[in-house]
Amino acid sequence: MTAGTSQTQADTIPKLLLRNADRYGARPAFREKEFGIWQTWTWSQVLEEVRALALGLESLGLKRGDTIAIIGDNRPHLYWTFTAAQSLGAIPVPLYQDSVAEEMAYVLEHAEVRMAVVEDQEQVDKVLSIADRLPRLQRIVYDDPRGLEDYDPSRLHALGDVQRTGRELLSRDPQVGAEWLKRIHEGKGSDVSVMLYTSGTTGRPKGVMLTHTNVVVSGSNANVFDHFTSDDTMIAYLPMAWVGDHIFSYGQAFAGALTVCCPESPETAMDDRREIGPTYFFAPPRVFETMLTQIMVRMEDAGAVKKRLFAYFLEVAKRAGEKVLDGKPVGFGDRLLYALGDFLVYGPLRNRMGFSNLRVAYTAGEAIGPELFSFFRGLGINLKQLYGQTEASVFITLQPDGEVYPETVGKPGPQVEIRIEEGTGEVLFKSPGVFYKYFKNEEATAATKTADGWVRTGDAGFIDGNGHLRIIDRAKDVGRLTNGALFAPKYVENRLKFYPEIKEAVVFGNGRDYATAFINIDLTSVGSWAERNNVIYASYQELAGHPMVREMVERRVDEMNRALANEPLVSGSQVRRFLILHKELDADDGELTRTQKVRRGFIAERYEPLVTALYDGSREAHISVDVTFEDGRKGKIEGNVEIVDMKAYPSSEATAKEAAE
Amino acid sequence: MSVKADLPNLAVESMPSLGAAMAAAENRSHDESERRRIGEVLLSVENVSLSFGGVRAITDVSFDIRKGEIRAIIGPNGAGKTSMLNVINGFYFPQQGSITFKGEKRQEMRPYHAATSGISRTFQNVALFRGMTTLDNMMAGRTLKMRRGLIWQALRVGPAEREEIEHREIVEKLIDFLEIEHIRKVPVGKLPYGLQKRVELGRALAMEPELLLLDEPMAGMNLEEKEDMSRFILTVNQSLGTTIALIEHDMGVVMDLSDRVVVLEYGRKIADGTPDEVKSNPKVIDAYLGVSH
Repeated sequence: MTAGTSQTQADTIPKLLLRNADRYGARPAFREKEFGIWQTWTWSQVLEEVRALALGLESLGLKRGDTIAIIGDNRPHLYWTFTAAQSLGAIPVPLYQDSVAEEMAYVLEHAEVRMAVVEDQEQVDKVLSIADRLPRLQRIVYDDPRGLEDYDPSRLHALGDVQRTGRELLSRDPQVGAEWLKRIHEGKGSDVSVMLYTSGTTGRPKGVMLTHTNVVVSGSNANVFDHFTSDDTMIAYLPMAWVGDHIFSYGQAFAGALTVCCPESPETAMDDRREIGPTYFFAPPRVFETMLTQIMVRMEDAGAVKKRLFAYFLEVAKRAGEKVLDGKPVGFGDRLLYALGDFLVYGPLRNRMGFSNLRVAYTAGEAIGPELFSFFRGLGINLKQLYGQTEASVFITLQPDGEVYPETVGKPGPQVEIRIEEGTGEVLFKSPGVFYKYFKNEEATAATKTADGWVRTGDAGFIDGNGHLRIIDRAKDVGRLTNGALFAPKYVENRLKFYPEIKEAVVFGNGRDYATAFINIDLTSVGSWAERNNVIYASYQELAGHPMVREMVERRVDEMNRALANEPLVSGSQVRRFLILHKELDADDGELTRTQKVRRGFIAERYEPLVTALYDGSREAHISVDVTFEDGRKGKIEGNVEIVDMKAYPSSEATAKEAAE
Repeated sequence: MSVKADLPNLAVESMPSLGAAMAAAENRSHDESERRRIGEVLLSVENVSLSFGGVRAITDVSFDIRKGEIRAIIGPNGAGKTSMLNVINGFYFPQQGSITFKGEKRQEMRPYHAATSGISRTFQNVALFRGMTTLDNMMAGRTLKMRRGLIWQALRVGPAEREEIEHREIVEKLIDFLEIEHIRKVPVGKLPYGLQKRVELGRALAMEPELLLLDEPMAGMNLEEKEDMSRFILTVNQSLGTTIALIEHDMGVVMDLSDRVVVLEYGRKIADGTPDEVKSNPKVIDAYLGVSH
């Protein structure tokens, strides 16, 4: 099987498997913790497993062009099912394992799946409960047989048995193996390799079809970008149905022969990470937030000496950490202190989090607070941001080593071009990762992909002076002020929320003369400030109305306006008037969604008198709203709120023009 | 409609869909599994009476437990259910009557003998070693199966080490089975109640019992924990073939899980049979609804 692979370029995942088994045969490919012990499979063992599985699945009727659903936690056998199906020319369709049966029914039906390979009884039950609505579904294969002894075995197969059938077929007639290899070599880069359903916050989920070239080229480009080799290790713990996991733990892993480690269970992922010590790690911002909180909580319980050490060296890290990481010049004294801190504090902390061997960590998905970001970078963790989406096989922009600015999402990745559409500010891209099309949805495909091959991201952004992309908002949320300047509410809200004193902000301005804001103070942070400064207060309302609090928020808004002035595209969104709300925005009152996102439209209606006051020049406004207390009682909160006028700074572009004149 | 699992070259196109096939197969397979499971009498209780001083806890009760079944013992508070379990595993000695376990008749038995002969149990109020980890608690369940003495084990060399590895393997499989990997190294005293109950079940299973006695396995649990526990009990019974006798107050759980139910009231047996028979028995209804006599 070694012939053939070396001559032809490995342009599909199964061909990459052959290459890896040939070139890195004895190196670890997958690890899984089971029964408390890490089990390892080398690349040549993986090849054997995949072949047995592929031949077994073929004997069950899987063939070229079929779709096959894969549902479960990150397990080596499930990853191998992708490759086995792809080797036969079938298309794997991973589903989110925690979806309820109803949600699965739509995808399974829409994707016309012929077979489902699932992890355990829980998933088997879910699929069986909707089986009568899936006329095309023929068989279910399960990895973990526990609890399934009494199920009707005629259409349910244990994955182990399927592999056994495959091995028997092979031992009976070795020709079968040669034919399998032939089929792999017939595969082309332009074949569809996988179908990933986008979670569909708006409307029905769409099946994004990616080709082998999409996955293979995106994966190897990312490996080149961050210099990943077969010495690198990662931990696969995010849902397999998510494009990120598919590209990181599958595309990149196969393209670069990296080692993929599967945790024992989702609950043990943290401890397992510490045992493995990955060199490459991805997590959404909230995972980093949780880690920071855990560290802080534990430090609260630590002894006085440790606390002092921690506080002191954290300051050193804040001052010097990021510079050391980026290889920028640092004074001799700080360098020495940082080295000491690394030995005493940062090293042990990194070990605690499982980051001792980490070379690169990425975060994406939502905006990450600059303080949080700098905290991890200060500890010597090379945390970076990237920007991507399913339609791009993840990578659109990434932050290169040494050029990490918390407010940007980095530069276009290798072979990626981006442009900003005139007028709307929408970001468009072109790359080898551009998806083939949406499955059975020509209309959506046409709306997303332009005739000349550009893809609309749906996000508005701009490219800053360093050539880095900044995302400001969803394109559809971006509005205009009456003078025609761009108005990006979420961008401004996020900027405000990054200040520790500000918990929520709601910004108005679409179709108005200028931007204004409602602000909620953060009771924890402002409350502790009040304690230190002998400010006495009895309620949120009283603290929010305190003149010193108003001054503090005023300084923050001013600071932000000054910063916005340097960003030509959004400089018009400077907040000209703001008020501090007399009550906290609450999901129980419908002001926030359950995921804590502000419902701008609803708030504008509910606080209509306040919005009017922001634009009619009054100094104060009276408001009374109905509220629901935590115990379910209804009540009214009313009060007067002060409206603060702010200074707007001329945009840097305008100043430059003036200076030129 | 009989499609064999191991026919490799089946014409898939002509097959009816999975949904239809499963529906047709449902009833048949269910009946078969019911018949296959239950075997001969494993333990029989004959005319047992137990009293503490002048208080009669159990009066002349007889019933049997068959191999492979799930047998429930129910009754109002103070009916003598826990006393009955204590008699079965040798903690109390009945003044009258006898117990036959695996064909061996006896009147008196120490808990140690009960344990060595294949009976293990869990307790109404969790009885774990609170300062020890989940893993150590479950390893403690293997104590009776260890052949090497204290000295060997303390030295942990040669055969003692090999033996420990064997036992650890069995315990790890149970940890996987009960889905408690994440608390493997956590002291059980720190765990929430529902998880402690699960660990206790794990320790009882580590003894590889033939008869497992569960004293209110779901007491104080929320719905989700109850569902999990029911699933574990059923799987233990089906996959490991363990015979189970359980006391439980949640009638829904009892009727769903058990093959046969014995009902006690004031220390006397008032009914015995399948869940449906027991449910419609007027005496049982009276006992539970408190009809005046």
